Amino acid sequence: MVEEIGEDKTPADEIEPDEIEPDEIEPDEIEPDEIEPDEIEPGETPLDAAEEIEFGRDIGFRRTRFGRIVGHFGDQERDLLVNLVGQLAEFIAPDQGDADEDPLARLVGIDKHSEIPEDPALLRLLPDAYPDDPEASAEFRRFTERGLRDSKLANATVVLETLQLSGEKIRLSAPQAAAWLSSLTDLRLTLGHRLGIVTDDDHDWWDEDPEVDEGTNSLRFVYQWLSWIQESLVHALMPS
Amino acid sequence: MTSTAVEEIIESESVVQPELPWITLVWNDPVNLMSYVTYVFMTYFGYERDKADALMLQVHQEGRAVVSAGSREEMERDVAAMHSYGLWATLQKDD
Repeated sequence: MVEEIGEDKTPADEIEPDEIEPDEIEPDEIEPDEIEPDEIEPGETPLDAAEEIEFGRDIGFRRTRFGRIVGHFGDQERDLLVNLVGQLAEFIAPDQGDADEDPLARLVGIDKHSEIPEDPALLRLLPDAYPDDPEASAEFRRFTERGLRDSKLANATVVLETLQLSGEKIRLSAPQAAAWLSSLTDLRLTLGHRLGIVTDDDHDWWDEDPEVDEGTNSLRFVYQWLSWIQESLVHALMPS
Repeated sequence: MTSTAVEEIIESESVVQPELPWITLVWNDPVNLMSYVTYVFMTYFGYERDKADALMLQVHQEGRAVVSAGSREEMERDVAAMHSYGLWATLQKDD
């Protein structure tokens, strides 16, 4: 597991939230520095744009004095999240199945053809339930995998909808916040596999690593950024 | 149905052993945030903060922890729920 994210590198930690965000002030008045949309050149991927994202004191979510969960995300941050969560949604969406599949079985979530995923990242999202019993695991998968994929897809859809319907300021209801947490987890688990994270110490990645290529550095940055957002959201929901 | 058959059924039901309790295990993984794991244990199982923290630390330090116990059906439900939260969970008989 991962201990507190960005404990010593987060400028926000040095500022008492109450000092800078009294709820009498409309949060819109205290936006972080705006990111110029022009900074993304045509043809650049959202991942390239990730390098341009700067950590501001408002990164991630916080809970206001009135108990609302609020986050501020610039255009590029929202675009990046939409892109990543969109890919996640495609990755976990249930197979459409055969035309001759029993519609009743589909309706109640039984999957006639569910098999152990070959992609290790997908297997981590849809793990075996019985460590020493492949037969029981297969049976469990047959009865639960479609429902699990559906719930993950529903969570991703909530994230996409809240991002697409919001401006820079994103307000989340409690159920929306829960969907965000689960989906950020799915996203980080997937990226974690792609990045080869194996041990608890594998990702102290705030600084660029000259040993790895640019793409990997960008992906590591994105992973850390998602971790930071998730940590902020957990703390907003569950004050320590 | 004859009375003999009824007696046989009652007898065969009464000799069924009560099912052994099953347990749900959550395993450590290098991605999930400690704070999030505590949050999941509190949210899904309704555990108090202290218990949720202790279980989370056990997972982190010992590699795994038993987070719930009960019938096989109940544990399958818990495991499915943990998977939906993105935690790595399995169930087994409590030997």
